Amino acid sequence: MALDALWTAIEQIPVAREIRATGQLFPWIESVHVLAICTVVGTIGIMDLRLLGVGSVDKPVSRISRQVLPLTWGAFALAVVTGSLLFASSAMTYANNWPFRLKMICLLLAGLNMMVFHTTTWRSALVWDTHRQPPAAAKLQAGLSLGFWLCIIAFGRWIGFTAN
Amino acid sequence: MHNAFVDVFARWIAATRMSLAIGEVRWITPSVQCVHILAIAATLACMAMLNLRVLGVVGREESLASVSHRYARWLWPTLVVLFLTGSVLIIGEPRRSLENVVFATKMVLVATVALITFAVTRPLKQDAAFWDSGPRHRVAQLLAVISLCLWAAIVFAGRWIAYAQDS
Repeated sequence: MALDALWTAIEQIPVAREIRATGQLFPWIESVHVLAICTVVGTIGIMDLRLLGVGSVDKPVSRISRQVLPLTWGAFALAVVTGSLLFASSAMTYANNWPFRLKMICLLLAGLNMMVFHTTTWRSALVWDTHRQPPAAAKLQAGLSLGFWLCIIAFGRWIGFTAN
Repeated sequence: MHNAFVDVFARWIAATRMSLAIGEVRWITPSVQCVHILAIAATLACMAMLNLRVLGVVGREESLASVSHRYARWLWPTLVVLFLTGSVLIIGEPRRSLENVVFATKMVLVATVALITFAVTRPLKQDAAFWDSGPRHRVAQLLAVISLCLWAAIVFAGRWIAYAQDS
């Protein structure tokens, strides 16, 4: 299959070979990956709980968003870089690993959910910015977001039990 | 870490029915690990917000006391969740952690950062401007940098428990 050739080619990238050859490199990159993902999920959780009307309800949604999201995006960039390195080290194994595939699907769904939120619900945010209870659509999208990220953590952990 | 007492204790836990049950039911350890990681994510995000506010990086439109009130109070409930889920993981595989120098280091780091967080947030309840004056402000900023480093080190240590066993 053409994809198999791609995974093999990725495994031959110098940095991927280096990670395989140096035993210590993988756990260090993995540690940064865990730190980054925890920061992403924790900060998105703060935002989602505000949108659900559960936490920080006495503060405007826009303020929580402004405080939290720069950290989310910074950590997300770090998670993508470290995740790509880990993937490259054994591309074929991960590409054929079901928990890994499910994690990527959840990541895609979380991204789509966020895009839908920003292009629809968020446009009317000026109206409900200070409301303790945001509209139902915002709550639904925040709930979905929490669910997707919970699955990303769970499938991520599951990779470690299956991809060896 | 080879301490005779710890070794006897770890072996005793490993022989209990609860430990055997956690080992036999294969979904328990991964599920509890997921809850543990989620609690770390919540803790890490709240502590990052608190310490970044002390450093003036985020939330300057709000007082430190207000940001502290919102985020620091999550530390204690999440620490309880971390302690309980961590205990299940230890009972399941006691020798993996109790006889592991990385685990011992992690516990010292957790105790240290919890004390620092208590020391920084507690005075704000009586005096919202406690850390605002010049010298105190610098102390608070130093403690914030140390705390952020400690939290990162705790996550690293958590991951390295798995790699440091049997060494």
